[in-house]
This record gives sequence, C-alpha cells and structure tokens, in this order.
Amino acid sequence: MLPKGLFYHMGEYFILISKVFARPEKHKIYYRQFLKEVENLGVSSIGIVAIISTFMGAVITIQTAYNTENPLLPTYLIGVAARDSILLEFSSTMVALILAGKVGSSIASELGTMRVSEQIDAMEMMGVNSAGYLILPKILAAMFFNPILALVSMFVGIFGGWLVGTWVGVVTTEQYLYGIRYGLNSYYITYGIIKTIVFAYIITSVSAYYGYNVEGGSVEVGKSSTKAVVYSCVVILMFNLILTQLLLS
Amino acid sequence: MIELINVCKSFGDKVVLDNISVRFEMGKTNLIIGQSGSGKTVLLKSIVGLHEIDSGDIFYSDINFTKLDFKARKEIRKQIGMLFQGGALFDSNTVEENVRFPLDMFTNKTIEEKRERVNFCLKRVRLENVNDLYPSEISGGMKKRVAIARAIALNTKYLFCDEPNSGLDPMTSLVIDNLIKEITEEYSITTIVNTHDMNSVMEVGDKVVFIYEGKKTWEGTKDDIFHADNKYLNDFVFASPLSKKIKSLANGKK
Repeated sequence: MLPKGLFYHMGEYFILISKVFARPEKHKIYYRQFLKEVENLGVSSIGIVAIISTFMGAVITIQTAYNTENPLLPTYLIGVAARDSILLEFSSTMVALILAGKVGSSIASELGTMRVSEQIDAMEMMGVNSAGYLILPKILAAMFFNPILALVSMFVGIFGGWLVGTWVGVVTTEQYLYGIRYGLNSYYITYGIIKTIVFAYIITSVSAYYGYNVEGGSVEVGKSSTKAVVYSCVVILMFNLILTQLLLS
Repeated sequence: MIELINVCKSFGDKVVLDNISVRFEMGKTNLIIGQSGSGKTVLLKSIVGLHEIDSGDIFYSDINFTKLDFKARKEIRKQIGMLFQGGALFDSNTVEENVRFPLDMFTNKTIEEKRERVNFCLKRVRLENVNDLYPSEISGGMKKRVAIARAIALNTKYLFCDEPNSGLDPMTSLVIDNLIKEITEEYSITTIVNTHDMNSVMEVGDKVVFIYEGKKTWEGTKDDIFHADNKYLNDFVFASPLSKKIKSLANGKK
C-alpha cells in the first residue's frame, strides 16, 4: 500500500521545483549565492569525504584480500576489486548517502529555521522568489561540486587501499598498482560522476522541500531535518538502482 | 490607501475572517486590535497576499490586488515594507546586508549609492555604527529598528507591522511606535499595525479597527475608544484595573 500523502508530497515537490527554476530576479546576486553555497556545501565537505574514503578504501582492500586467499587467484586482483568497488559504487552512492546526512540536514534545518522565524515570508513580501533565491544556488552548487568530491573520494579511496594494503602486507605496491590499472574502463568514472550529479540534485532538492515547507516551531524543524535525510537516502537508493540498470546494462 | 471589501477567510471549517470591510487611509497609522486568536495576523497576511482570501476584494489605491497574477503582485509588493513580529532579519547577513537586500534585488544602484541609502535608512531609525553587526549581536529593539530600515529602503508606499512591540519593554515600545508614526507621516505611507498593546493604541492610533472572532466589530479613533459602547471592545481595552481607572477619569472629565 502506498504511504498516505505520497502524491500530495510529490505534487507539492514539483510545484516548489517549478518556483526554484523560475527566471532569477538578478543573475549577479544568484551567482554570489552560488559561490557561497559551493563553499558551504562543497568545500566544507572535502575533509569528511577524504577521511571516510581513506578508511573505506582500506577496508575494501583488506576484505578483498581475505576473501581471495586462493593461490589460483593473482594478488593484483585485490587492486582491481578495490578500484572497481570504489569507482562504481562507493565514491558515488556511499558518499552521496554520507552527504545526505551532512548537507541534507543542514539545508533542511537552515530553511526550516528561516521559515518558522518568518525570514522566508519577509522575502516573499519584498517580491523576491524565495524558493529560487534560497534553493537554486544550493542545487547548482551541489551538482557542480559533488563530482569534484566524488573524484577526490575515488583518488583518496584507492590511495587508502594501497596505504593500508601494503602496510598490513596483503598486497605489494607493484601488485596493487598493476591491479588498479588492469582492464581499467574509463566509463566507470563517467558512470560514477553521472550518478553523483543526479544524487546531488536529489539531496539538495528533497532536503530543501522538507525544510522550506516546515510548519510550526523548533520541534518541527528537527523533524523535517530527519525526514530530509531519510527520504533523500531512500530516493538515492531507488535512483541508484534505476541508473545502474540504465547506464551499465 | 488600502480598502478591504467583504473579505472572508477560513481554514477548513474554522472561519477566521468573516466579511471584513474597512478602509485604511494614506499618511495615517491604522491599528488593528483584538485578542490573541481573533484573526489579526491572518487579516494582515491576507492583505499582503501571504494568505489567499476565500472571497472579497483588496484594493491598493485603485488596483484590485486579489485579481492580480503572481507577476503583477510582485510589482505591488516592491512598494510594501513589512515589520514582522520577531523582526525576521536574515541571520546569516549583517545589519548592512539586511537593509541592502531589497536594493540588491530590485535596483541597479552602485555599491556606493546603496551604502549611502543603507546609512540614510539606519540613521533615520536612529541606528549608527551597527552596519557590520549580525542580528544575534543586537538587542530586540535594535532588531525592530533594522527591520523598519529594511522596510523603507525601497521608497515604500505601504508599511505593515505585525506586533511591533512584542518582547519589548515599554520605553523601547514607545520609541518603535513613534518611529512608525514619524515615518508614516514623513513619507505619506499607508501604515497598518497589528497590536494588542494599548499603549501603542493611545500613542499612535490615528484609526483603530477592533476585530472580535474574525469580525470587525468596531472602528474609530483612539479618542473614540473611551466613549465606545461596544461590550467586546470595552472588555478588551479596559481589561486591567489601571485602564478601567483611566476610563472612569476620562469619562469623569468629559
């Protein structure tokens, strides 16, 4: 059975998105907001993405090594498996889920607080398209910068795999480097980037929807923040399946 | 001038505004008074279009606001300034950026011209050397004054104030009230203030409209209040022993 209100929320979401993509009042102001959001949503996430990617790369390498202890399997396959896991799934989907938590909750609580403190009403009163002014720069900034985060994640993840793999002795530098170059399909990177751009749009627009439409007070802001993260994650996982089928089949 | 004709608004089965007709004159401070929950804020938000009314008409000068599309309403809204209950200043912007916001969005002024206008507006509300402070770094009264400065930054023709004195001490309330009245008269603005502060009513109320359970039950000047025979108005205005004493003194003098 469909959850109650699903179509209502979908309708409201598309109405909001039509306002978001309406013609900006002043391109210069929107561009300035875009740069601010690149800093807020993108640059400030480099650290967390790098840390998580390093550890995940390391864990993937060790797990692959312990699962391929068969003497018939060449050791360089550890590098191949680590590379493919990171490029195909980890740096796009896993990083998107992590960013849904960090960026999604931040967007929902920021917009929710602006709603309950009447800051959004104040903008509307002035004749400003508040949805466009507040949300469009966030969506564009995430779609622009998240692919950079994905590339950072790919590089750092593979680096983390090498660092820990050689340190614990499950693979040598030569075997690992051979593995990550063996049969490399550059489309995997394109595939990861396409997914990242779609996920960036989902994270920012779904979270903005929940934040922008808050009614009530601080408790509702907290609840909307939680909903933003949960629904962003669910939609990301659904689109991950759809995109994987579309792009890899 | 703003005129409301037979304005009705309901939320579900609850009727919040019941056939309200009233005219607010230019250059005057018009007050809407009533108990909490009487429909004052809904009325104010309906006039500015933040709530869509169910029936009736709202005229800004000769323009029927209710019949306008979104784009045309935006043009009217550029002439409207609004002071919200909590100030509604943008937290992440400085005082200067807050006041400059409408100028950034709707004018092609240079940075210097905008700064000049911001400083003029801040000076007009008697605030100086606060340009670089954030809303969290200034007092409640200062926030209200910054909000007024922002409201008048674009030569405003209509000013709406929702509970401008909430959370302020009587002295600061007086400052805000007088500021609103001065600005209204100086720029010939049509000002509508929502309040249940009787000090404000007595200080600045050129015209007073009393709302009771969504209906307009009385209108007059601040001086008429003392002689009004409307039970609901008297119950509301003269609720405290002090105000009862003032009324008896006023009637005694008469």
